[in-house]
Amino acid sequence: MGKVYQEAGAALRDILRDGMSIAVGGFGICGIPEHCLRLIAESGVKDLTIVSITAHIDGYGIGQLLDNGQVKKIIGSYLGENNNFAKLYISGKLEVEFNPQGTLVERMRAGGAGIAGFYTRVGVDTVVSEGKEIREFDGRRYVLEEGITTDLSIIKAWQGDEEGNLIYRKTARNCNPQAAVCSKMTVAEIEEMLPTGQMDPSAIHTPGIYVQRLFKGNAFENRIERRITRSA
Amino acid sequence: MAWTREEMAQQAAKQLQDGFYVNLGIGIPTLVSNYIPEGMHVVLESENGMLGTGPFPTEEELDGDLVNASKQTVTLLPYGSYFDSAESFAMIRGGHVDLAILGAMEVSEAGDIANWMVPGKIVKGMGGAMDLVSGVRRVIVCMEHNSKDGEPKVRKQCTLPLTGSGMVRHVVTDICEFECVRGEGLILTAMAHDITLDEVRARTEADFKVVLG
Repeated sequence: MGKVYQEAGAALRDILRDGMSIAVGGFGICGIPEHCLRLIAESGVKDLTIVSITAHIDGYGIGQLLDNGQVKKIIGSYLGENNNFAKLYISGKLEVEFNPQGTLVERMRAGGAGIAGFYTRVGVDTVVSEGKEIREFDGRRYVLEEGITTDLSIIKAWQGDEEGNLIYRKTARNCNPQAAVCSKMTVAEIEEMLPTGQMDPSAIHTPGIYVQRLFKGNAFENRIERRITRSA
Repeated sequence: MAWTREEMAQQAAKQLQDGFYVNLGIGIPTLVSNYIPEGMHVVLESENGMLGTGPFPTEEELDGDLVNASKQTVTLLPYGSYFDSAESFAMIRGGHVDLAILGAMEVSEAGDIANWMVPGKIVKGMGGAMDLVSGVRRVIVCMEHNSKDGEPKVRKQCTLPLTGSGMVRHVVTDICEFECVRGEGLILTAMAHDITLDEVRARTEADFKVVLG
């Protein structure tokens, strides 16, 4: 069965269900699966658990899902750029689990790699390690963090092919490769579809084994969060 | 005269060494990139996934797929590289980054740092702050000496939730600098012009030794 779908709806509609967990690639709004998120917002599916470094911005990306009240819980790291997030969090309408960014990404990577947990120095002696196992190695203390797996992963890549092999562009790569591995149903939206055999095998970032479905997005917005330029 | 933000960045830039891989935090630390000494090779890391972070782009260079950890559009220098977030935090957590220059709300005598949350205010999350503080080989802090309300920020113990304990090695404020020696505490090593030792004492809660260079 082929992996290539025509658009977000065809790739996602039969998978979405209430209460599912979804890993989302992207950092800020750089390299986010904007078509998938728009489709999920339109689908009305609810009680979602979202795993993402950030909560994106109001009205865009995960911001749309928060505006619609579709999210039950966010497992994230830096969620502050979204004003509606703050309102929902303060009013208790949203469960939030804050993770150090590297811990969150490693939890996704570990979950996808069959590693149930790992010990890290990060977060020791802070609220992050409260209630978690602490273990000493070589006289230093480490905290046990658990791997994450999700029901669905949605990611954004630059180029893809029919096998699901992916290449990301510049810093739009960020945590997309880790989101790709942490579920067994990964849907990738890409900017360019390459004919099989046209991709340099040595340049592939995410091998197709991690990608179950992909589609070419139409008219990416690729919004910029902080557009700063200098004079030439 | 207290040091300006630019002068604080210049003081912090004295911590740079040739060949260093460096992560700069948001605010005053970002300004340190303007004071890398001529002829010194320093590679800037952005924890979202790049080494060799360059200046802001021109209109022609502008690319939404190329941002720094503050989500600002930037450029890549010729020797730079891109990588994913797991790789990026492996560098940081594995002690491969030589120096982090970070902002802070409080620093303690023991080198504890608090810079991610104020109870009762909206919590945005720690992002990469805890990873940087725990993993980078040498952590230095660049911050105002006192809060807007005049409270001391160099404390006997931090009053705010910690980002990491015992990790800070050097502090640059707008009036002075401290070295933070493991097991010994703070040593005052420099003061801004016309700042007196009495003034530093009055505006600092922490105890410190004085070894002015």
